[in-house]
Amino acid sequence: MSERDASGAVDLHLRQVRRFRLQDSFFHHSTQLFAFVVLATLVGILVSLTIEAWPSLQAFGPSFFWTNVWSVPDDQYGALAAIYGTVVTSVLALLIAVPISFGIAFFLTETCPPWLRRPLGTAVELLAGIPSIVYGIWGLFVFAPLFAEYIQPPLQDWLGDVPVIGGWFAGPPIGVGILTASIVLSLMVIPFIASVMRDVFETVPHVLKESAYGMGCTTWEVVRHIVLPYTRVGVIGGIMLGLGRALGETMAVTFVIGNANRINPSLFEPGTSIASTLANEFGEADPGLHIASLFTLGLVLFVLTFIVLAISRWLISRSVGSEGL
Amino acid sequence: MFILDKLARASLAAALGLAMSAGALAADITGAGATFPYAVYTKWAEAYRAATGNKVNYQAIGSSGGVKQIKAKTVDFGGTDAPLKPEDLVQSGLVQVPTVMGGVTLVMNVPGFKSGGIRLDGPTAADIFRGAVTRWNDPAIARLNPGAKLPDLAITLSHRSDGSGTTYAFTHYLAKQSPAFQREVGAGNTGNWPRNAVGGKGNAGVAANVQKIRGAIGYVDIADALSNKMNFVALRNKAGKYIVPSQQAIADAAAGADFNVKGMAPDLLDQPHPNAWPITTATYVLIYENGSDPAKQKVVVDFLTWSLNNGQKLATQLGFVPLPPNVVKMVEAELKKVK
Repeated sequence: MSERDASGAVDLHLRQVRRFRLQDSFFHHSTQLFAFVVLATLVGILVSLTIEAWPSLQAFGPSFFWTNVWSVPDDQYGALAAIYGTVVTSVLALLIAVPISFGIAFFLTETCPPWLRRPLGTAVELLAGIPSIVYGIWGLFVFAPLFAEYIQPPLQDWLGDVPVIGGWFAGPPIGVGILTASIVLSLMVIPFIASVMRDVFETVPHVLKESAYGMGCTTWEVVRHIVLPYTRVGVIGGIMLGLGRALGETMAVTFVIGNANRINPSLFEPGTSIASTLANEFGEADPGLHIASLFTLGLVLFVLTFIVLAISRWLISRSVGSEGL
Repeated sequence: MFILDKLARASLAAALGLAMSAGALAADITGAGATFPYAVYTKWAEAYRAATGNKVNYQAIGSSGGVKQIKAKTVDFGGTDAPLKPEDLVQSGLVQVPTVMGGVTLVMNVPGFKSGGIRLDGPTAADIFRGAVTRWNDPAIARLNPGAKLPDLAITLSHRSDGSGTTYAFTHYLAKQSPAFQREVGAGNTGNWPRNAVGGKGNAGVAANVQKIRGAIGYVDIADALSNKMNFVALRNKAGKYIVPSQQAIADAAAGADFNVKGMAPDLLDQPHPNAWPITTATYVLIYENGSDPAKQKVVVDFLTWSLNNGQKLATQLGFVPLPPNVVKMVEAELKKVK
């Protein structure tokens, strides 16, 4: 700053500083307000869910969460079948989707010829853009009949007599059920996980990879020992994003899960999930315990998603810590 | 701004003038409720608008939604498949009239059997739908189908996963046939279905499951069954005849029923007419006897009266069954109460 005109300059300067400070504080407070809107929404949803769910929580107590009954005619409700279906379909979907997504990302970033990279990458992203109802319709009208005709009977012939595992594939091959829902879900989460994995694989500095190659590492060794450790946080994040989507997926699951409010030991048999129960029953729910129990299910899904998020945070912080980054 | 304002006022005045000249009936009305009559209400609304210029907006939000909305006075009329009880109508000051009829049909997917190829009676159907009869060659089914080569195939039940008036009618019929069904599955918008059951969303979902799953049996309303060209099960009616569902068989069931009761909702299940389809239903409209907006009340009455007199053919084309002529007269008389 120039000091040609001492008193005037100081005044001007002070005014300017004040204005800047005011601007800063305005900026700070308005952005803070926006951020708190999120917090308020979150708390608001949680509180209103709890209020609506209260009659059911009061009537059934904590046993609601581990009771395997969902009977509208008898007005008896328990969440176990829906929780079971939600968790099993999501976990199975991840078991299928993670290796495939890893393969896609691996191919796209390491071994894909450059001219193919663009169209393949776009195809993966387009898959993510398909609305879930389309997956549901496709699952019900195209996939389920094919599954019942060509996949379920051979699976039963092959594994049906194996103890324990055979039980997972018992029952008439009808196409819809827990396993079908898991497969359709896995198709829906693959693009999410694959594109996140691809993006984080691309962040690995070339110098790291090149030096490993220079030491004579194979492509697999480079990915296993350089790329994966470097990108662990991002990979876990991508998987959790997929899990979050699988847990809350509604329409596609409603179409193919079979909507039976009970726990069947076989993966071929119909089941239900929290989101599909809500989609099915909310429209015509009886006032009273039925609707309160549906709200409690919503609360359970909320908490379940929160737990997944917390676990992923913990995994990420742990891996960051161990890397010393 | 000023010019715009003036323009808006002028056009408003012009619109008002037009409306006045069109007659006393000029209001847009809104209804909400049952999904089952949605197709026919929308068609009627279209035709009614072409004839009178009044807009009718119907939202298919489900029967219990319809009852909730009309009781909350957020709509001008409510639609429901499950009629309100007379005491409920009196208490809430509502008038209830039937508008159109339908039926719940049994559809199947059994290789080698065409529509009407398998016969069932009420108690056996109830045993199938409570999971007591689980194979197509069960003696209980074979007894009703002498000479038929029934396959050794597991029965898969296809039911509605969403709460529904179709389930309401179907489970009430089966519960009347079998106390065990009433006890185990129950009668209502949803049921406690047995282990071999698969739930599908909407009539379309149930129809798709039946068409895709070998050995499936399910229930869908007749309009959807006809448009999907599904294979019907012939069901024995009260007169002892095996009936393949048709619009005529539903009309026959309605012909014998006495609609002259409060709420105009007689029990249409299992009617004694020799050609009656046993699972016949009607869908109803609810309207306040003394509404807060007389102009809109008038339009609702006018819309219903117009549709019942001019919309029968549209209803038939869509797979619904029109009310018998004498019932239409009774509905018109009942609607005179509305102010």
